[in-house]
Amino acid sequence: MTTMTDPHQGSFRLSMLIYDSRYRSMTIQIVALIGFLTLIGWLISNTAQNLITLGKEPSFGFMLEPAGYDINQRLLDYDSQDSHLRAALIGLLNTLLVAVMGCLAATVIGVVVGVLRLSKNWIVSRLMAVYVEGFRNVPVLLWIVFAMAILIETLPPPNAFRGENPEATMKLGETVAVTNRGIYIPEPLFSRGIGDAHVFGDTSLRFDVSLDLIALASVFIAGLLISGLINRRANATQNATGVRPTVWYWRLAVVVLPTAILLWVLGCHMGYPELKGFNFKGGTHMRNSLIALWAALSLYTAAFIAEIVRAGILAVSKGQTEAANALGIRPNKTMSLVVLPQALRVIIPPLISNYLNLTKNSSLAIAVGYMDITGTLGGITLNQTGRELETLLMLMLCYLIISLTISGVMNWYNESVKLKER
Amino acid sequence: MSDLSYVRAEMLPEKAPPVSTSGAVGWVRENLFNGVGNSILTILSLFMVYLVLSALLPWVFSPTWNAASLNDCRTILAGHEGACWGVINERWPQLLFGFYPNGSEEGTVDQRWRPILTFVLLFVAVIPVLFNMISRRMNWVLLLGALGIAFVTRGGVLTMIIGVALLAGAAYVAFQLFNTNKVDRAEEIASGAKRLPNPLIFSAVFPFLAPWLLWGGSIWGPIGALLGFVIGALVFRAVTAVAGSLMGIIAAVLSAVIWWLFLMGGFAWAMESIISLGLEPVESRKFGGFMLSITIGVVAIGCSLPIGIVLALGRQSDLMIVKSLCVGFIEFIRGVPLITLLFVASTLLNIFMPPGSNFDIIVRVLIMVTLFASAYMAEVVRGGLAALPKGQYEAADALGLDYWKAQRLIIMPQALKISIPGIVSTFIGVFKDTTLVSIIGLLDPLGLSNAIRADANWNGVVWELYGFIALMFFVFCFSMSRYSMYLERKLRTDHH
Repeated sequence: MTTMTDPHQGSFRLSMLIYDSRYRSMTIQIVALIGFLTLIGWLISNTAQNLITLGKEPSFGFMLEPAGYDINQRLLDYDSQDSHLRAALIGLLNTLLVAVMGCLAATVIGVVVGVLRLSKNWIVSRLMAVYVEGFRNVPVLLWIVFAMAILIETLPPPNAFRGENPEATMKLGETVAVTNRGIYIPEPLFSRGIGDAHVFGDTSLRFDVSLDLIALASVFIAGLLISGLINRRANATQNATGVRPTVWYWRLAVVVLPTAILLWVLGCHMGYPELKGFNFKGGTHMRNSLIALWAALSLYTAAFIAEIVRAGILAVSKGQTEAANALGIRPNKTMSLVVLPQALRVIIPPLISNYLNLTKNSSLAIAVGYMDITGTLGGITLNQTGRELETLLMLMLCYLIISLTISGVMNWYNESVKLKER
Repeated sequence: MSDLSYVRAEMLPEKAPPVSTSGAVGWVRENLFNGVGNSILTILSLFMVYLVLSALLPWVFSPTWNAASLNDCRTILAGHEGACWGVINERWPQLLFGFYPNGSEEGTVDQRWRPILTFVLLFVAVIPVLFNMISRRMNWVLLLGALGIAFVTRGGVLTMIIGVALLAGAAYVAFQLFNTNKVDRAEEIASGAKRLPNPLIFSAVFPFLAPWLLWGGSIWGPIGALLGFVIGALVFRAVTAVAGSLMGIIAAVLSAVIWWLFLMGGFAWAMESIISLGLEPVESRKFGGFMLSITIGVVAIGCSLPIGIVLALGRQSDLMIVKSLCVGFIEFIRGVPLITLLFVASTLLNIFMPPGSNFDIIVRVLIMVTLFASAYMAEVVRGGLAALPKGQYEAADALGLDYWKAQRLIIMPQALKISIPGIVSTFIGVFKDTTLVSIIGLLDPLGLSNAIRADANWNGVVWELYGFIALMFFVFCFSMSRYSMYLERKLRTDHH
């Protein structure tokens, strides 16, 4: 017979805090918390004393004072009389611009290289291996300054385009000017445009929304939706009667025609860059710093993405493809329905962390003078105002928000493609 | 019977496979020209390789190694395109050591033997940790030899005598090593022959030796710091015997901290006034080049692994407060770019410290880079921990091991083995990220390349410097990644 004995109900002794596993974890946690709070308190009291000695009481008022410096690459209007807050906003948009462009380019290059690295063609796979190892094993900062040097040293200056017999000519039928000050590409202009909407009036957060672009986008999207409806009707007809009506020209027309008519109504034409004086005028100017940063970040990150893609494809076992073949699924459907969904599950999580790395690496823009948020808020604003604590706190907060947002969105996506296990 | 004379009575000799499917031709057909698309790809790639090499090779092989300035190069090249390697020839000591005293200034002596010796000793200290294929005696030969050469080349009678003695010791051990073969030695050891002390002792001393060699100053400082650990260990042993391991740990930590905070300074001062022994101090701002990169890289790598393991364990633990502290730290560090942390190091860290304390910029950078690397390391180790089957934890519990013993003997060896590729790629990442210190004004190779271009002789040299720096980084990082592959193979215990 077994007897159940109650645990010993003795009085509480102090040593039980350490030796009794019921209380020990509490003890450890409380000690850790006290230690942590002491450390934080010590740091804060040090900081407070130091700031009082330096005569810099923490405040964020300086953000509304005029910045007094210029930002050459910007997405919104800005001049040197605008506030530091506005400068930080411009910088933040520049960070996002190069991050988004970089992620797109890096994904495309990375996927192509990753697939080619698995090619049966020996020389192609070797070349891709050289590219991947070369880019992965050299610091990204070196690639960024290297790309900048290439753009500055090897491209012709604007005055080489001048004269009867110029040394350099514009590319792509006289529409694109590639100079050592940047690349000038044509921009769309609206001669009968309906103007801009000014949002947030005159504050630091003001921005203009081009109503022309909004109109175009809404017409285009509406066209796509209608096209989708037509497709659904065609599917329904096919399911009911077995005969699919030919609708592709309808679908094309509802997307293209309204958009084209609206473009004509708005008087859309391209503004080409022209050499005026010492420099090109007109068109969209992509500065060297942006291009160098973009190219270096994309190529560097693409080398990592290529390895991820390769690993992802290799992770799908050959039996899957063979099973699909045995079921009689056609090769392209096999790729899209069987291999890719399984490979993506392996690829997505490291891909997310590479996007995050690219975004964080874009802070190296400061090395080539691209004014991202590190260059504005953490660079010139910090140096001009001497507010290290406040500016760095805000800078870190911005990056934290960007990182957490990206990883949140991607984790949500990852959750939705995850293998459902019971 | 039918006539079977048309049937062959003997076997035909084997024929060689057709030329088109074997040998070089077969390989080319199989791998490069099997199909139209592949053939086009091959030809395109070959053309691209030709374009790149035909542009690059003449540029690389240009006879400008001895040029004294960019103008010199232009004279030598006489209008041809070519690299100006004179800049590397003249400046590579600077790219390696920065402005570390090289005896060129009045009243200084060449001190560059110190970083060189540190680097060599780093290898000697790291070998027993990284490779177990080197024998104990081999390691002692290396150590004694390196120290001996360092002493002999210093000049002076006393150092010469010490150096010769060390070299003689190295030669003696080497003689013994080559005189006995492995099997005999194994038998000797089995029958109780005296072995040399474990070279890991030196690996433990090295972290105290290296800063002293690099920064100089009195030797009693690092010895005092080392004594703190010795005192801690002794107290732990004494107290554990009396009052249990927990009290032992508490007493050891307390005594070590008391020693470091209150007694060490006095000890170092007293010993210094009795026997003054030291190296000429070198300021941090004279550090530069690859020496700086390697210093930052090695310290961050060495410190981040243990911190990362502790953070990963904290993140995996059931203790809610500990866990949330670890998660908060890791996610914060991983969410911000390293450059913002370096800005903190260069502008803010002194504000966080008690008023009046002002510590060195390199130490501040080291702290921030180490914290940065630890957060990444923690995630890598956590991946390893999560990949371990739950049965391993349960088996450890079933054996009755406590938490730390289970971690040390069962969980960690396996988890770390799983995470080797991640750990090494974190190492490589940290080493590459050391270039970022050029942005806050330290003279790492990239920062030095700007300084070199500021010289009138070399104003306009771009590709040679970047190319050389990139090549150096490539060699370091690529060999690290190869080492990780070797380690994975060596530690693989499953069957393939």
